[in-house]
Amino acid sequence: MKQQLLQAFFGSEGYHNFRHNRLAMMGAAILFLFLLTAFFGPLITPQDPYNLKELDLNNSFKPPVWESGDSRFLLGTDQQGRDLLSGMVYGVRISMLVGVLATVYSLVIGTILGLIAGYRGGWVDSVIMRIADVQLSFPGMLIALFIMVAFGRGIDKLIIALTLVGWVTYARTVRGSTLAERNKEYVDAARVCGFPSWVIMFRHILPNVLTPLIVIGTIQVGNFILTEATLSFLGVGVPISQPSLGLLLANGYQVLFSGLWWVSIFPGITLLLMVIGTNLLGDFLRDELNPRLK
Amino acid sequence: MSQTLLEVKNLTQRFRLSQGLWQEMKFVNGKFVRQPKVVHAVNNVSFSIKKGEVFSIVGESGCGKSTTARAVIKLLAPSSGEIRFGGTDITHFDERQMLPFRRRMQMVFQNPYASLNPRRTIKSILTEPMLFHGLATTKQEAEEKALSLLDKVGLRSEQADRFPHQFSGGQRQRISVARALALSPEFIIADEPVSALDVSIQAQILNLMMDLREEFNLSYLFIAHDLAVVKHISDRVGVMYLGKLVEVGSKQAIYGNPLHPYTQALFASVPVLGSHNLRDTQLAGDVPATPTELPSGCYFAGRCPHVMEICRETEPELISYGTDHVCACHLIG
Amino acid sequence: MSDYLLEVNDLKTWFHTFKGVVKAVDGVSFRLKRGEILGIVGESGGGKSITGFSILKLIDPPGQFDGGQILFEGEDLLKKSEQEMQKIRGNKISMIFQDPMTSLNPLYTIGQQIEETLRMHQSELSREARRAKAVELLRIVGIPSPELRIDSYPHQFSGGMRQRVIIAISLATSPALIIADEPTTALDVTVQAQIIKRLTELVREHNASLILITHDLALVSEVADEILVMYCGKVVESGTVADIVTRPAHPYTIGLLQSIPDMAGERKRLEQIPGMVPSPFALPPGCKFAPRCSRYQDICDQQEPTSVPVNNRHSVCCHFYVEGGQPSESDLT
Repeated sequence: MKQQLLQAFFGSEGYHNFRHNRLAMMGAAILFLFLLTAFFGPLITPQDPYNLKELDLNNSFKPPVWESGDSRFLLGTDQQGRDLLSGMVYGVRISMLVGVLATVYSLVIGTILGLIAGYRGGWVDSVIMRIADVQLSFPGMLIALFIMVAFGRGIDKLIIALTLVGWVTYARTVRGSTLAERNKEYVDAARVCGFPSWVIMFRHILPNVLTPLIVIGTIQVGNFILTEATLSFLGVGVPISQPSLGLLLANGYQVLFSGLWWVSIFPGITLLLMVIGTNLLGDFLRDELNPRLK
Repeated sequence: MSQTLLEVKNLTQRFRLSQGLWQEMKFVNGKFVRQPKVVHAVNNVSFSIKKGEVFSIVGESGCGKSTTARAVIKLLAPSSGEIRFGGTDITHFDERQMLPFRRRMQMVFQNPYASLNPRRTIKSILTEPMLFHGLATTKQEAEEKALSLLDKVGLRSEQADRFPHQFSGGQRQRISVARALALSPEFIIADEPVSALDVSIQAQILNLMMDLREEFNLSYLFIAHDLAVVKHISDRVGVMYLGKLVEVGSKQAIYGNPLHPYTQALFASVPVLGSHNLRDTQLAGDVPATPTELPSGCYFAGRCPHVMEICRETEPELISYGTDHVCACHLIG
Repeated sequence: MSDYLLEVNDLKTWFHTFKGVVKAVDGVSFRLKRGEILGIVGESGGGKSITGFSILKLIDPPGQFDGGQILFEGEDLLKKSEQEMQKIRGNKISMIFQDPMTSLNPLYTIGQQIEETLRMHQSELSREARRAKAVELLRIVGIPSPELRIDSYPHQFSGGMRQRVIIAISLATSPALIIADEPTTALDVTVQAQIIKRLTELVREHNASLILITHDLALVSEVADEILVMYCGKVVESGTVADIVTRPAHPYTIGLLQSIPDMAGERKRLEQIPGMVPSPFALPPGCKFAPRCSRYQDICDQQEPTSVPVNNRHSVCCHFYVEGGQPSESDLT
């Protein structure tokens, strides 16, 4: 069975298109690289930026190694003497953590609510959708900002904030798909067999509405990474002790135009690459998973 | 003397068209009242089916035959009327009360591409109802039964682990039939089961259904629009127009001596191989959409070539005309 | 120069897909005189629709023409450029598609859609003349009060009415050839009868030719002059209606005729053609019908049969065709 699945996957048209699509492979490669970094990075960084004992203010604002910098600090240091490379690795970790977890949580909550709204209809549907509509009329950033300011800083609170913002897209999409599936005869057949509603919703309809979620989810990771970076840049994201990429950006922002460019640019490029990666992969998945499969 | 398995009396099905609060408000008798437009899909339909019998309802699109089928199997809550299965009145049963009856009545649907869950293997499609209703206690047992069902409908057991999209339309209908049989029902409603299939595959499925009926003494409610198919498979036939049964009788009666002008028009519209059936005058006008307002008098008056004064005023009753043949028409009565 | 309006010689329309080459139309040849009605019948996947699209060169990649000629009024359409084809489509050859619900643009009135055709191909007409012609066209296809309805939108019409509008559009430029791809399959039986009757009458009145593509053998036998039977992209039999219906020679044709539930006869069981239509990626070598044929012999696997004349206009592609139209006992499975 496993053999069959593997064969089906690697022999499929989708995989074939993937191999021939340079941009998609690039996107996937980038993401994979960052995932690796997030997992194993801290093992190989020259310095642990959390460890205050390792910091030496004498090392502050050292330029990258190819511009007459210190060979200990490949990409230079920030104003506190923190190695930029190490900081970025930890920053990537945070970005990935926040991005992926928030996406997963909002996907789960959004899907459940969307399924219920779509299948039940009636007032349940109205209530859930009105809440969603109201939420959509506020910019996501604003809501996240409010929550962070009101409840304090911290990665966990940040993830909750992003989840509260993000579930709406999934709920709407899943609701639409559920409405379409509900009219199909296999759902009628399930009802004729006497299955209770929750079985029909979660065991019969759910597997059929997952496809668009893969696309949305992939791109959502990129969005959340950016949101987290922005919030941290503004100072209301992760606590200052944790080197979020946004924070690193903020640190270097003041000195950007006085020649100490590396402090902002490198974290900036990293963010850029992460989001490009998710978007490239997401674009490919969207075109590939499109109902040409009808 | 076989007993009556299903009895439907005065079944009426109305649907509310939700147009939004604004349009639904009307000023009636000095007050604002909410009066949404109502679609009268099924109007006062009565028929009964004996054990082992095949009863077909034939009619054109929008006439209410599918809605009738769905009401009988309680996929819809009937607006009024009575449905008796095996003597029990199930009209107002909720899902919990219906559960034991779900085993006894099953359905085969029209669209072979939408009636099987695309994300499930056909083995799991067949075993799930069995396990749920306790007809098999272990997965093993259920799988064995599923394989024998597949064999019965003419599919090979190696195909049990495949997904629906790997099968053709005809094969999918066979799987649907197998699923309907999984719970060993007494009664199967077939809602246009062969309409979406090619002619030679139609023949295979119809033959299969007839064989299974023999073997398991099944009763069928067969919904169709194809008169030739209906003639082949039915014992008794009902002709439906705008939600009403206008003529009901044994196959011999209906096909030998169609009385109602609509029935006659249907016969005149069916192309017959190697003949010139279509050369005769056809019925003018379009198949009407399901009405939001019921006409007074006979529903067919607007298109009937033999319409009389009385037809527009009074609705004709179903009057008996010979053995097992009733017709609702002022010409006859 | 022939008196044939359309001559298709050995047409090959192949689709070069990721999974392999689908030979949708594989060596199809036929001829059509002016004023004739040709019916192309076969089941899904037989290639009849693709044949129709090929004549108008409405084939998109991965489909392409891998051989053959389409001689229309003496000129090979396959050699024409897209620009030249645009002058022919809707003008000298028009097409009627299957689904009336989606064939009309919902954003334009039907008048605008008819007039668009006239504007494109008969630009010498003034605005008033165009409108007058559009109204006249609606009248002859049987739309009541055409002067009023010409400004209606498609969604205000029923399926049957929409199909009439489409017929009107197809007749607007008095084409020499109309290709109708399952024009009545989506319609109810009483409407179908009206539409087919009107269409064939109009075709005769305009002295145009009609290619009627359908799976309904009975329908085609009532209106066509000649019939082409297709299976897996090949023409297996062709002849006059009488030839095909009363003296069928190819086992597939015989099987098809016997699968059709007959309004007149009284058969206990429908004859069925065993097996299934093969997957287009796994076509058998030799004769495509061999795996399902009751007259199969070894040579059928090795050599593809070529067209053999049976009599005057009747030819068949089979090594062991039935002579004299009397199928033997073994043909009736």
